[in-house]
Amino acid sequence: MSEKRIVLRNCGIIDPERITTYLDRNGFKALEKAFSELTCEQVIEEIKASGLRGRGGAGFPCGLKWDLSRNAQGDEKYVICNADEGEVGTFKDRYILEGDPFTLVEAMAIAGYAIGAKRGYIYLRAEYHYLLGLLKNAINQAKEKGFLEHFDIDIREGAGAYICGEESALMDSIEGKRGEVRYRPPFPPSRGLWGKPTIINNVETLMNIPQIIFNGAYWFSQLGTEQSKGTKVFSVSGDVKSPGVYELVLGSQLKELVEDLALAKNVKMVQVGGATGRIIPHEMMDTPLTFETILGAGAITVFDESRDVIDIVCRTMEFLAEECCGKCIPGRQGTEAMVEILKRFSRGEGRQKDIRVLEELSSAMMLSSLCGLGQAAPNPVIDSLQHFRSDYDNRIRESEGG
Amino acid sequence: MGKNKENLLILLQEAQNKSGYLSQELMVELAKSLNVSLSEVYGVATFYSFLSAKPQARNVIRICKSVPCYLKNSQMIIETVGNKIGIKPGETTPDDKFSFQLTNCIGACDKAPAMMINHEVYGDLNPNKIAKILKSYL
Repeated sequence: MSEKRIVLRNCGIIDPERITTYLDRNGFKALEKAFSELTCEQVIEEIKASGLRGRGGAGFPCGLKWDLSRNAQGDEKYVICNADEGEVGTFKDRYILEGDPFTLVEAMAIAGYAIGAKRGYIYLRAEYHYLLGLLKNAINQAKEKGFLEHFDIDIREGAGAYICGEESALMDSIEGKRGEVRYRPPFPPSRGLWGKPTIINNVETLMNIPQIIFNGAYWFSQLGTEQSKGTKVFSVSGDVKSPGVYELVLGSQLKELVEDLALAKNVKMVQVGGATGRIIPHEMMDTPLTFETILGAGAITVFDESRDVIDIVCRTMEFLAEECCGKCIPGRQGTEAMVEILKRFSRGEGRQKDIRVLEELSSAMMLSSLCGLGQAAPNPVIDSLQHFRSDYDNRIRESEGG
Repeated sequence: MGKNKENLLILLQEAQNKSGYLSQELMVELAKSLNVSLSEVYGVATFYSFLSAKPQARNVIRICKSVPCYLKNSQMIIETVGNKIGIKPGETTPDDKFSFQLTNCIGACDKAPAMMINHEVYGDLNPNKIAKILKSYL
């Protein structure tokens, strides 16, 4: 299996500082096509027909999101690009922004046209401050060439908070507040930033837009599986020989990515989707990477046989407890309680009843947390209990014996 | 930047960049001028890890402690930096040259172990490389 570069088609080829090199690769042709040949509704229909789903982790149908926002009442509407890439093990958006900021600018302008928004924001994580100049330059050059006459793009910098990658926390942060998660409904397409209809799309989702408009929905929908169209950009790290960013057609097997491309050996398990992702044991490496199976935002962290599962799960939970916004009790206290129990296991003081508590906590958090962080925080615990139960049982035996 | 409530975070970011931290006086002042409660200003100021209510050194070192860097022995990086500048995470050197923090994933997992100094990212670290990097900030 080789790579298929759609999102990354310009990365490493164009000069990210010079718009002319982008124009030479059909840059802004999709925007021109949208303006001259398609109505706003037709643009949205095209995105719907392509089957494009959100690449930030949740996989919501992109065209539907746009449609909801187009149809929502509001004197002003907003397009937000979520460039707050904070998921552990994810760096694909950094790679995209470093290599091809122009496609993102074009995509946001198309989105603005489609939903009837005059203003867009790129929310850039504080850790990526070094990309600010490059992005500003891309926006300015697009302006100078007259591509942004009806649409303004502002960049808002984060200030260091994982939770601000969650869309409602992100909007609160743009509004100048603590990045705390909102109660929903209302959802952003009807009431988002400053209460106005808003679409929030991940960097990678937007990167697909110009090519779908330029080549047509049919071209895009021929790639991938029934429910997962197109490609996905993966960030591979951990125990591999060749860490980095790889773009594969959706439906490719985990094994192809981890073993054939990133050259991992003696794999014990793979965490797919970062801290709240799924843990896949070596026996299941033939799992296809799709929205229906496992995907998340495409973080692939590989662990070889020397790694201690409980240690990894404990560290993952410490991260989630630290980065939880603190608004809801299941998120705030649930993650803390899990850290306490997992640390006990790490110290060799785990007890049989701890397993039951972990399972009960997991279901409470999944059912009652306010956002994806709390709802998905139990994933590594549940998956490790399912696939590596003997590791827990051995620790309990050791502690009871000692 | 206008004195609107919605600019609170931006104003705090500007003050952080200018003064290296957010003093109590600044927060009181800001609350007054934006006509919001001090608790709201303090709440925002302490929510984000790149804002600090305590004085920081000129150079802030942030070493990634998340799992991908941990797999590449970030512990060694933490110890090396600690030994070189003689302080522990959470502390500032007496000469105010370096503040030392541990941070969560900085999106440089392909170059793990990695760290940031101010806004600069350094990857594929080893003790020799760290010595050279720190020297360039002296």
